[in-house]
Amino acid sequence: MEWEAVIGLEIHAQLATKSKIFSGASTAFGAEPNTQACAVDLALPGTLPVFNAEALRMAVMFGVAIEADIGHTSVFDRKNYFYPDLPKGYQTSQLFHPIVGIGHIDIELEGGSTKRIGVTLAHLEEDAGKSLHEEFPSMTGIDLNRAGTPLLEIVSEPDMRSAEEAVAYVKKIHAIVTNLGICDGNMAEGSFRCDCNVSVRPKGEEKLGNRTESKNINSFRFIEKAIKGEIIRQIDLIEDGHTITQETRLYDANKDETRSMRSKEEANDYRYFPCPDLLPIVIDDDYVEQIRNCLPELPDARKARFIEQFKLGDYDAMVLSAYRELGGFFETTANTAGDAKLAANWVMGELSKHLNQHDTDITVSPVTAEMLGGLLLRIKDNTITGKIAKQVFEAMWAGEGNADEVIEAKGLKQVTDTGAIESLVDEVISDNQPQVDQYVNAEPDKRGKMIGFFMGKVMQASQGKANPGQVQGLLKQKLDALAN
Amino acid sequence: MFEKTLAELAQGLASGEFSSVELTRSYLDRIKTEDGALNSFITVTETEALAQAEAADQRRSAGEAGTFTGLPIAHKDIFCTQGVRTSCGSRMLDSFVSPYNATVIENFNTAGAVSLGKTNMDEFAMGSSNESSFYGPARNPWNNDCVPGGSSGGSAAAVAGRLAPAATGTDTGGSIRQPAALCGITGLKPTYGRVSRYGMIAYASSLDQGGPMARTAEDNAMMLNVMAGFDPKDSTSIDKAVPDYTLALNDSLKGLKIGLPKEFFSGEIDPQITTQVQNAIREFEALGATVKEISLPNTQLAIPAYYIIAPAEASSNLSRFDGVRYGHRCEEPTDLEDMYKRSRGEGFGEEVKRRIMVGTYALSEGFYDAYYKKALQIRRLIQQDYVNALSEVDIIMGPTTPHPAFKLGEKSSDPIAMYMEDIFTISLNLAGMPGMSIPCGFANGLPVGLQLIGNYFAEERLLNASHQFQQATDWHKQAPTS
Repeated sequence: MEWEAVIGLEIHAQLATKSKIFSGASTAFGAEPNTQACAVDLALPGTLPVFNAEALRMAVMFGVAIEADIGHTSVFDRKNYFYPDLPKGYQTSQLFHPIVGIGHIDIELEGGSTKRIGVTLAHLEEDAGKSLHEEFPSMTGIDLNRAGTPLLEIVSEPDMRSAEEAVAYVKKIHAIVTNLGICDGNMAEGSFRCDCNVSVRPKGEEKLGNRTESKNINSFRFIEKAIKGEIIRQIDLIEDGHTITQETRLYDANKDETRSMRSKEEANDYRYFPCPDLLPIVIDDDYVEQIRNCLPELPDARKARFIEQFKLGDYDAMVLSAYRELGGFFETTANTAGDAKLAANWVMGELSKHLNQHDTDITVSPVTAEMLGGLLLRIKDNTITGKIAKQVFEAMWAGEGNADEVIEAKGLKQVTDTGAIESLVDEVISDNQPQVDQYVNAEPDKRGKMIGFFMGKVMQASQGKANPGQVQGLLKQKLDALAN
Repeated sequence: MFEKTLAELAQGLASGEFSSVELTRSYLDRIKTEDGALNSFITVTETEALAQAEAADQRRSAGEAGTFTGLPIAHKDIFCTQGVRTSCGSRMLDSFVSPYNATVIENFNTAGAVSLGKTNMDEFAMGSSNESSFYGPARNPWNNDCVPGGSSGGSAAAVAGRLAPAATGTDTGGSIRQPAALCGITGLKPTYGRVSRYGMIAYASSLDQGGPMARTAEDNAMMLNVMAGFDPKDSTSIDKAVPDYTLALNDSLKGLKIGLPKEFFSGEIDPQITTQVQNAIREFEALGATVKEISLPNTQLAIPAYYIIAPAEASSNLSRFDGVRYGHRCEEPTDLEDMYKRSRGEGFGEEVKRRIMVGTYALSEGFYDAYYKKALQIRRLIQQDYVNALSEVDIIMGPTTPHPAFKLGEKSSDPIAMYMEDIFTISLNLAGMPGMSIPCGFANGLPVGLQLIGNYFAEERLLNASHQFQQATDWHKQAPTS
């Protein structure tokens, strides 16, 4: 039988506000445990929440970006359950009147077609703290630094049919929130995480199968693997005559499998009700319009512009528009260098490689866009070769100055003096008589390939500094002269 | 000295008749001798009080004294007080020393007031008799076998027993007005949002409101001047200018339109109370007011609606008391669930548990629409009743309670009978409007309270009417013999 997967996703994007959603405490990541939790975050008796207007602005930005209905009146609800890292015994969330209503995004599929994915809603809520089970033998440590951090929970329609579509959707949402500047998108730190709802049904069947939810997956790759694995698990179970239990599962990245966390029967009754400590949020049209007018360029628009303005290919344009900072970096580099294609290659190649290797965010890259653009200028004006440029890049990364300083200090300037190159060429020809003989005796149409050997020798002799074009021209001229 | 009102004590301090230290010392001494019988205080903060009094005297000699500088008052133990145990009448918070001040406490500190200590109350403000306090019931100064009312029973008993000239209270379903009535003092529940709830331990957030309790309307006005105001830390507090509540006290009542809801004068009500209330209304007529009968048709729905909404909010508000970060934690928990169950089981008393259970049930999946949502609809109807009535009249009057103070233990085994004592006060919290209770006579030697209800932010008018009544009568001057 042919099976069809039905996938819906819930994404938790941590909003990039400076302070928490209902208190003045800082949201910065990585502080000493419980140093960024104030009386409100600790849920001391008598404390009350005050809504951070910045979180509202960010949520509305997202709503505008996905062309969603923005609720005119939005209400916070309490989701009641007990857990030690949930200080109030309830999470302030939104159930009945979320800020962002129905919207949509378009994802690109393999082969260039696009598919529209519905976004059911996006609501604001506060994050819980963290329970630390490993650090304290037979005890649990509670760190409430994260408690009260604003989250935007983005709920999709069950519109995706494969793990690839799901990942394309997550990447698009990621690109939108990072381009808007409302989320840093850092998946490793948990700023952007995903719950995957997966069910399968026979192809052509309307009725949905029982679904499972795999929680808190924090990388694109894991999302893809978890969904693929879950689809296979479900199909295998059904084909073996079992039924799928509706349950919450936990994805274990180390074992690359999901395992049962709790079934629906064990699920909490959260006893949602409107939070009486917070007034309904009234959003007027002017406010939404104001945000619409100030919205930064969105990934789709930026991608289209990169193709139009810089004549980039579809793939390059998509990659470079996926993050606001990356796109900005590329644009500055391209404009400085005056060569978009070269800039795209270097940003996606050497720069990205270094950022990944050193686990460095592009915003703090030791090689700035201006520096990279300056380096590319020196390639374009033949001051250095592409190969030497990589060496210069390394030096710039290590903090040894800008391209011109490094080239000067290390004496990496390309040799373009014809006399100097000619003497190197003559030297190589006289030192490699057997290869010269082969060249001379070869059919003329085979000689083109054979010239590479001599190129290599000359470049080596010049320590990479000889202008490759000049070397090639001289070699061809002199070898061909010997042949004829 | 103990018969002096807050206003008179302020004069005494201003004229140098006595110092704040002398005044505070006298009250502290009186608490020592008299509170054994009344149990109106949970914590007496003698050292802090004397330090505050000394600072107040210094302020005065430096010429920087305000109206309230050096006046000793007491605070209901629901207001978080920095460095002082804030128990909320519960074993759960018996060990809780607040690291911060409630806005109300902060306001009194800024005004230079002296805090004598923290008064007894029903556990988490849940009760109408003070009998649910972990610290034992406070007693009615008029008859120590009787309850002082609740939940602000300790504040009412302390003021009536002359252990403090004034005290703060909170009112969720009548918790200021009912004990004020039962103890023969004057208390005001302001408009919801008029006084900050920050640092006031929540019982039912949409109903809770702090307010003053003292012997006279004038003293209430002085207290409210300090308490009222917008607080950015409380999203439900209202950003509206605060008048000087003492300025309109002497306005004439000529032409004041009083409405008497027929629902407040029928049914299960002590006839002596009706008589005293009617006498008081005649007094208002003599002062120039006109009277007409009105109707609050949904009054009978108030108690059922309240006992859904308040417990529902409470069940969630009290979830933070889990033994994890502060408050009572059971000995040697075997696991998380055991810790939750025993910490909460041991920390909460019977009435609190009852309301948590009721509220949890009312919010449960499948019951929400039938209970909570329906109760909210009733709440709107009740609110509309008041809005309609107050478009016809200036002040609604009636009895504060159906009976005078009852005996300790008399109703504690019958929660419904206890809940019915709030029949005349509870609906106002659902509507959010201000109400007062002032002494207007006696029934069997126990005080009777007259309730005055006004429109949103009509505190000035209520205080004015009450003050005029108190200029013409002396019920508020009656003191229990101790």
